[in-house]
Amino acid sequence: MTESWGRYPAAAHAAEIPIAWRSEARLPPQRPVLAFGQGRSYGDACLNDGGTLLHTFGLDRFIDFQAGVLRCEAGVTLRQILDFAVPRGWFLPVVPGTEQVSVGGAIANDIHGKNHHRAGTFGGHVRRLELVRSDGRVECAPGDPLFAATVGGLGLTGLVTWAEIALMPVPGPAIEVESIPFAGLDQFFTLSDESDARSAYTVAWLDVLSASHRGIFFRGDAVEGGARPPRLRASVPFDLPLVNGFTVRAFNAAYSAANRLAAGRKRVHYRPFFFPLDGIGRWNRLYGKRGFLQFQCVVPTRDGIRAILDAAARLHAGSPITVLKKFGDLPSPGMLSFPRPGFTVAIDLANRGEETFAHYQRLEQLVMVAGGALYPAKDARMSAESFARSYPRVAEFTPFVDPAFSSSFWRRVSR
Amino acid sequence: MKILVLGATSAIAQAAARLWAARGEELLLVARNGDRLSAVAGDLRTRGGTVETLVQDLDDASLYGRLVRPFDRVLLAHGVLGDPAEVEPAAIERVLRTNLIGPAQLLTLIGEQLPPGACIAALSSVAGDRGRAKNGIYGASKAGLDAFLSALRQKLIRRGVRVVTLKPGFVDTPMTAALPKTPLFASAESVGRGVVRAMESGADVVYLPGYWRIVMFLIRSLPERIFKKLSF
Repeated sequence: MTESWGRYPAAAHAAEIPIAWRSEARLPPQRPVLAFGQGRSYGDACLNDGGTLLHTFGLDRFIDFQAGVLRCEAGVTLRQILDFAVPRGWFLPVVPGTEQVSVGGAIANDIHGKNHHRAGTFGGHVRRLELVRSDGRVECAPGDPLFAATVGGLGLTGLVTWAEIALMPVPGPAIEVESIPFAGLDQFFTLSDESDARSAYTVAWLDVLSASHRGIFFRGDAVEGGARPPRLRASVPFDLPLVNGFTVRAFNAAYSAANRLAAGRKRVHYRPFFFPLDGIGRWNRLYGKRGFLQFQCVVPTRDGIRAILDAAARLHAGSPITVLKKFGDLPSPGMLSFPRPGFTVAIDLANRGEETFAHYQRLEQLVMVAGGALYPAKDARMSAESFARSYPRVAEFTPFVDPAFSSSFWRRVSR
Repeated sequence: MKILVLGATSAIAQAAARLWAARGEELLLVARNGDRLSAVAGDLRTRGGTVETLVQDLDDASLYGRLVRPFDRVLLAHGVLGDPAEVEPAAIERVLRTNLIGPAQLLTLIGEQLPPGACIAALSSVAGDRGRAKNGIYGASKAGLDAFLSALRQKLIRRGVRVVTLKPGFVDTPMTAALPKTPLFASAESVGRGVVRAMESGADVVYLPGYWRIVMFLIRSLPERIFKKLSF
C-alpha cells in the first residue's frame, strides 16, 4: 500500500498508474488523479484516498544542461541532480533536509532549506515548466498566474512533466560548518541574526524536551577543496518502533553532548551537512506501523515561537530531530507557498492516536493565535479553518485547480 | 568504446547506459518507440555520452544487417513478458520470436564481426532456470536463450570475445511502482551497475543481485514430483 512518509493517514487508492514517458503523459479516465513522486511529504498532501495516483518514479531523465540551467523530467530526484551537477561545479540553489525528493515534489511544495535567508524557496529558481492538464499541455514561467499557482500548488494544477531549474556555481562538495551550543532562545535569536548576515546556511537543532530550549546552532558555507562522502549507509529493514520518551531523552542528551564536545569548525561533505537523516534509509519505520505526525509551523514573532516551544516542552512532545530556523524576508513565488518571514520549527510526534492529535491541535491553535501557518507538506491534521486563515491567497488559487486533480489534503482543507 | 544497446528504453538498459554515458562512451541505441528513444538519448547526451539512435523493431530480421558492426560492447536488453493466460499460437510465437529467435539470429550475425576483447551481454532471467505455470512461455524463451548464450560463449571465446548471461530477479521499474516492495526487489539502478560490472569482469553467468544464484539453485534442486505441486 502506498503511504506518505509519516505513514498517517492511511489511504486506499482506486488505481496507481506509472507515468514513465513524457511524450505519453496523459490523464487516465479514473478521476480524481494526483501525481506521486518519492512520497516524502509526511501527511496526506501526496495521497488521494479513493482516487488515482500517477507514479512519476520513471520520469527521471535529464533533457538538457546549458550554462547552469538544467531541464529535467519531474520524477528526477534532487540526489540524481546533485550526483550529476556537483562534479561539474554546480549545486541546487535550494535543498531541503532530504535529497530523496523529486523535482515535481519540490515544486509542488515550494520547498525551502537552510539558506532560505539568502536564496528563498525552490520555486524561485524554476525558470519554466510543463503541465499536463485535463484540457491539454501547457508551459508556464514566472510571471504567469498558472506558474504562481503551480509553485507550492500541492500538485493540484496538473501533472508537471518537466521543469527548468537554474543551478548555482559551487567550488566543490565541501561545506565548512561551525557548530555552536546555545542555552536558550535568546542566544538562538542572537546567533541567528549575526549568522544570517555572514553564512549561507544556518539552522539549529533543538532539544525540544528541555524547558530551557537548549540546542546547537549550525552555520556553514560551501568552500574550496575536497570532502569525502560518508561511505556507510544503513537502512531500517522493517517496522522497529524505537522512538519513545526514554529513547528521545537518551538521544537528545547524547546528541547534545557529542556536539558540545565537537563544537567548533570543521569541513564536511555536503551530504551529512544537508541530509543527515538520509544516512538511515526508511527511518520512518522507527516510529512503527502507526507512524508519526510532523508539526512544522512558521510564526512571525519571537514571542510566538517561544510560546509554541514552551507548549511543546510541556506536552513532552518527544522528537529526536527538532529543527529551528529563521526564515528570511524574500517573498515566496507561490500563491500557497509556506515560507514567510519569521521562525519555523519542525517537531516529530509519534502517533499515539487521540492524545497525539490533541497535542497537535493545541500547537496548531498557538500557531493561529500567533498569526502563523502550518506547512501542508508535513500536515495531516490542520482544520479547514486554520488553512483558510493562514493561506489568504487560497481564493485566488482555487480557480487554477484542475478539475481532474484532487488530494486527500485538499479535500480535508477545502471543505 | 563503441557500445550497442538493443532495447535501449528498458529500465535496466537505461541504468547501464547512464554509467557508460557518464564515462563519455559512444553509444548506438536501438528501440522500437521513437519518442521514448529520443527521451533516453537526450538524457544520455546530457550526461556526457556520444549518442546515435536507430528506431527499429528488433523482431524484423531483415534489418539486422544494419547492426553488424565492430562494437566493443553489445547489451541485448529487449524482451517481452507476454500474457501467461494467452493460448493463441501466434501470441506464443511472438514471445519466442522476440525473446529467443531474434536474439539468436542477431547475436549470431553480430558475434562474427566483433573484435577480440569485445563483450556481448544479454538479459535473460531467473525465470529461465525452471519453467513455472505462471510464465511458461516466457520461462521457455529465456531457458532457450540461456542455452544459446552458453553455445555462443564457447564459440566466441576462441576469438577472444566474451559472452555474459545476465539473470536479474525482481527489479523495481516504473511498471512495479505501485507494488508493495519485498526485500527481494532490487532497483534498476543497482541492477544496471551490476550489468556494467559484469561486462568488465570475467563473469559468464551473473545473477543480479547475486543472492538469486542461491535462490535459483534451491529451486532447481527441488525434485519434479514436488515442484509440480507447488503454486509459486
